[in-house]
Parts: sequence; structure tokens; C-alpha cells
Amino acid sequence: MKQLARLGLGLLLSTGLATAHAEEVKIGMITTLSGGGSHLGVDVRDAFLLAIEQSGRDDIEVLVQDDARKPDLARNLANEFMQRDEVDLMTGIIWSNLAMAVVPSVVRQGTFYLSPNAGPSALAGRMCHANYFNVAYQNDNLHGAMGAWMKEQGYERPLIMAPNYPAGTDALAGFKHLYEGEVADELYTQMGQTDYAAEIAQIRASDADSLFFFLPGGMGISFMKQWQNAGVELPVFGAAFSFDETLIKAVGEAAIGARNTSLWAYDLDNDTSRAFVESFQQAYDRMPTLYAAQGFDTANLILSALGKAHPDDQDAFREALREADFDSVRGEFRFGPNQHPIQDIYVREVVAGEDGEPTNRLLGIAVEDIQDIYYPDCKM
Amino acid sequence: MSATLFLEQLINGLQLGTMLFLMASGLTLVFGVMGLINLAHGSFYMVGAYITAAITAASGSFMLGLGAGLLGAAAVGALVELIVIRRLYHRSHLDQVLATFALILIFSEGTRWLFGASPLWLSTPEWLSGYVTLPGDARYPLYRLVIIGVGITVAVGLYLLISRTRLGMRVRAGESDREMIGALGIDISRLYTAVFALGAGLAGLAGTMVGALQSVQVGMGEPVLILAFVVIVIGGIGSIKGALLGALLVGVVDTLGRVFLPLFFRGFLPPSEATDVGAALASMLIYILMAVILAFKPKGLFTVND
Repeated sequence: MKQLARLGLGLLLSTGLATAHAEEVKIGMITTLSGGGSHLGVDVRDAFLLAIEQSGRDDIEVLVQDDARKPDLARNLANEFMQRDEVDLMTGIIWSNLAMAVVPSVVRQGTFYLSPNAGPSALAGRMCHANYFNVAYQNDNLHGAMGAWMKEQGYERPLIMAPNYPAGTDALAGFKHLYEGEVADELYTQMGQTDYAAEIAQIRASDADSLFFFLPGGMGISFMKQWQNAGVELPVFGAAFSFDETLIKAVGEAAIGARNTSLWAYDLDNDTSRAFVESFQQAYDRMPTLYAAQGFDTANLILSALGKAHPDDQDAFREALREADFDSVRGEFRFGPNQHPIQDIYVREVVAGEDGEPTNRLLGIAVEDIQDIYYPDCKM
Repeated sequence: MSATLFLEQLINGLQLGTMLFLMASGLTLVFGVMGLINLAHGSFYMVGAYITAAITAASGSFMLGLGAGLLGAAAVGALVELIVIRRLYHRSHLDQVLATFALILIFSEGTRWLFGASPLWLSTPEWLSGYVTLPGDARYPLYRLVIIGVGITVAVGLYLLISRTRLGMRVRAGESDREMIGALGIDISRLYTAVFALGAGLAGLAGTMVGALQSVQVGMGEPVLILAFVVIVIGGIGSIKGALLGALLVGVVDTLGRVFLPLFFRGFLPPSEATDVGAALASMLIYILMAVILAFKPKGLFTVND
């Protein structure tokens, strides 16, 4: 009898603990907050925390760690989050090479991962996973959209250039897929390269009629500044990764005239976006970039799913995420079968703003409802 | 591949070389005179660029910023020598490496704390923008030619300083026999501070010149530092002449290798793989060069007493 009572008490205690645990949601965010290109991670984090704060929920704990853009460090942090902190979901990674190092093992071990930026092709196709959601884009999206748009504008021999890493090769593959024509040449640069004299000389020596490049973070700043003084007169195109609001301020005048594709623009005409821009500026006193928009959407997607189920109930929570039942700052947003977005991509032009500093202005839609090309490889 | 492309890349190599020389000359002097391995040399490069960016933004004058960056980096160098480096001369090289590595972390975090993580805006001044037309109708950025000019001026200046002045005489004496010049009644600690500040100032100048061309950000000095070490090993530790020749050699070999090796492999490989293989080989090229030179001249191209 005594033993039975003890057992009963034990059961009671353990269920009590389980419910206490079930109410709380722990989100682990590993992102790049230091070193080159850290403004991407800072924007994702700030917007993510802003959305959580706006939701008014105090049962969500967000743990933030800096990966310093190092794959090995990111991996260690992910293990710490899973084993020590027992987080329910993870998010935050900016760079595709880091995502490839972290995401597969995280989702295999049964933790949800929502990418607010990196979208390597492998994770959209062959290595897709039921617990992996990409809330930003597949890496190709913006580049492919620019390819389609340049084709439509009548450019015939673009020279295309990107750094030699997963997102770089994805970028050029995506561009060529929707451009569907001959390109003048393909140049691959080194990751983190700062001097582009050699590439500029090769561009000059080519017979290209336009330049499309993908150089995210500080690489784009260096390139554009050197490009301006080189005296090569080719129109410049790119994806928003080289022309976000922070970068073009650092590039200065040299950025003006460049056209770029983005999944979001701060002058987009919808209420969610306007409210987001206003609250972000109020909270952080700067213009949000597309990375901020992605961080904000990621948080709101998580919040919408948490309204329906707790991540401990994996199937219900996954279903709730798939529905994407939230107001995106991009307007329409839905997931394809590989849990990557199907969305409109916009074209923007860098112009001189009212204060004389460069800023992006929305030109229009480049491609409607773009979807990545890897989803047929995804067996889920 | 045209002759113009080759000419342009050759000048690019010279430009990289002269910039490396500005870094390497300070490094080699400090190592030669004081026997100190200074990993934090790249931090002075960054400090120079940040001071220039800040002063240029505040005053609107690039030249004022440049002067401030150079003197500021020298002043920070002198301060660091007085506070930290001074205590390291008699310690082992491992201690020096550890302590100066700590300095890198302190400078990087300090800079981030002061200026934020985003890159700073620093552009070439209006009158140095644009390009000049080279023979064969190639256009070359004026600013890069100016960097070459500054590098050559500094090289000549350093040569005169070392060979013709009293300070230079002491530096040479210090390289030959450290104990002896102290015994001869020369205030060795002042000499050390001066040499260290000179090296830091030159690194700051390099950081400024390059920062205007590329971007001013935390950690910008470390990739250059590695190349600068290769340069001084090739050139012979302590030798300014060696640093100049080594820098030009590394600059030209690195640039030409980076461009023409991928082009070569594209003859029979797809572009992204050709770049991979070519770039991997190109980045090895300077180390191969170093190995070959050291095999024949174990002390580098020039030894101090040449």
C-alpha cells in the first residue's frame, strides 16, 4: 500500500513537471553577430525579438548566441542548445555553409529548424526534412528572378559573378536557369575577398553588355567602390544581398543606379509592412533591411503555429507551421511541398534619397509566385 | 588573354606588393631590432583605417583623415609598446605570440564596441577618383596608381632613414648586436618605442589607403598580416630591402596566379571547379615560392648584414 502511494505520488510529480515544461517554449537562435557581415544577424535578431515582444507572450524564451560566421562554432552552439538547454526550435543562421553544418543534424535529432535567411539548394531538394522550414527564400529565388527580369528587359550578354561557396554557385545556377540564354562569362571569386582589381580587369576585357553579381556582406561594398573608379560603363544588377539599406549607405554614390531583386521592400504597399517599418524604426532607430523582414516573418510564423500547438506535439505543430497562417510583411506567403516559400520577387533601384544618401525604391514585380527548382528532389 | 589584361594585372600585382611592403616593413623592423613577433600588427592597420574614416567623416577632408590615421596609429603603437610590448622583449616567442594575439582580440572588440559591427564608410576623395588611360587603351584607377606612388616614396624614405640618419644607424646597430648598443650608452628603450611607433604608423597608412579602396571593418588587418609574414620570411627578417623585394614578388605572383591559373584550368574544367582548383593552387603559389626561396637561401633573400 505504502509503495503504491509512493508510486502514485511519483507519477503525480512527474506529470506536474511535464506540464510545467510544456507551457514554456524555448527558442535557440544562432546567428552572426560579430565579424564581417554581422549586420545581417543583428537585423534578424532585432526584428525577431521585436515580433516576440509585440506578441505580448511571456512564456517564450529566446536564447541568442553568436556564431562569428564559423561553421564549427555554430555546430557546437547547436549541440549546446539541444543537449543542455533542450530548446524546442532553432533559427537564426545567416550563411549557407553554416546552415549545411548545423541544420541536418538538428532536424534529424527531432528539433524544428526555421531558417530566417540561408536557403542552400541541398536542403530544398535531396536533404529536405519534415522539421526544416525556410521562411526566407531558396538561395536561387532572387537571382533567378533577376535573370528572368533582365531577359525581359532585353540584355543579351550578361557577365555573372559570385563567390565560390554553396550560395554562390546556387546563385549563378539560379540566374542561368531563368535567364535561359548565353552569358558572356562566369567569374567565381574567393569567399571574403576584398580586392577585385583582377575581376574588374577581366570584366573589362569581356564583351558583356551588363553585369550581374552576388557578393553578400562586406564583399559587395569593396567591389562597388572599386567598380566606380574603374571606368567600366556597364549597367549593374544584383540581388538585394549586395544592396540592403546598410550596405548601400557604406558604398555611397557608387551604388546609385544599380537594380536589385528582393522579396521585400520597405516601401511595399501593405499594412503589415508599413506597421513593421514604423515599429522597427521606433525601436532601433534605423531602416530595416530585408533580413529584418525575414526575421520578423520567422517570428510571426512561429507565433502563429504556437497559437495552435506546442512543439512537443510535433505533428500538430508541423501542420500549423505548414499552414503559414500569419500576416507576412511581404504580402502573400505560402509554403511549397518542400517547405520553402512560394512568393513574389520585386525589383528595386538604388536612388539618391531625400537626405542625399542612397536608398532603394520599388520598381515593380520581377516574377510572381516564384518557386525553387529543387522541390521535385524532395522526398518527404 | 590580351596584352592589356596582362599589363593591368601586373600593375595590380605591384599595387598589392607596395601595400604589403607598408605592412611588412614595420613588421620586419620590429622583429629585426627587438626580436619581437608582433601578431597585433594587423590591428594597427585597422586602427589607422578607423581613425581615418572617423576624422574624414567629421572634417570632410580625406587628407586630414589620412594624416590623423597615420599619426593616430603611430601614437597607439607607441602607447601599446610602453604599456605591453616592453614587458615582452625578454620573454620567449611563445609568450609574445600569446600576448600579441590577446591584443588582436582586445583591439577588435574595442573597435566593435566604439564603432559598431557595420563597416564604416570611407571613400577615395574626389580628386583621386576616376581612372587614367594606359597604353593599349586600358583604363586604370588613379587611386591604385597613387598607392603604388606612396609605397615607393615610403620605400625610398625608409632607405634614406636607415642608411643616412643617426636613428637609422642605431636601428642597424640594434639589429646587429642588441646588448652592445645598450652598453655604448644609447637609450635603447626610446629607440624601441620609436621603431615600434614607426612600424605601427606605416601599418596605419596601409590600412587607410586600402580601407578607402575596400571597406573599413573589424578584422580587416589579419588576412594582410599573414601575407606580410610570408613577405618578411622571403625577404629576410629585419631587412627593408628584402621586405620591398619580397612584397613585390608576393604581390605579383599572387595576383597573376589568381587570375591566370583559373583561366588556364577553364580550358578543360567547368567554371566553378576551375576557379576552385585554380584558386587553391594560386593561394599555394606564394607558399611554394617561399619554400623554394628558403631551400636555396635559408635566411631569406637578404640577411641584415648584406
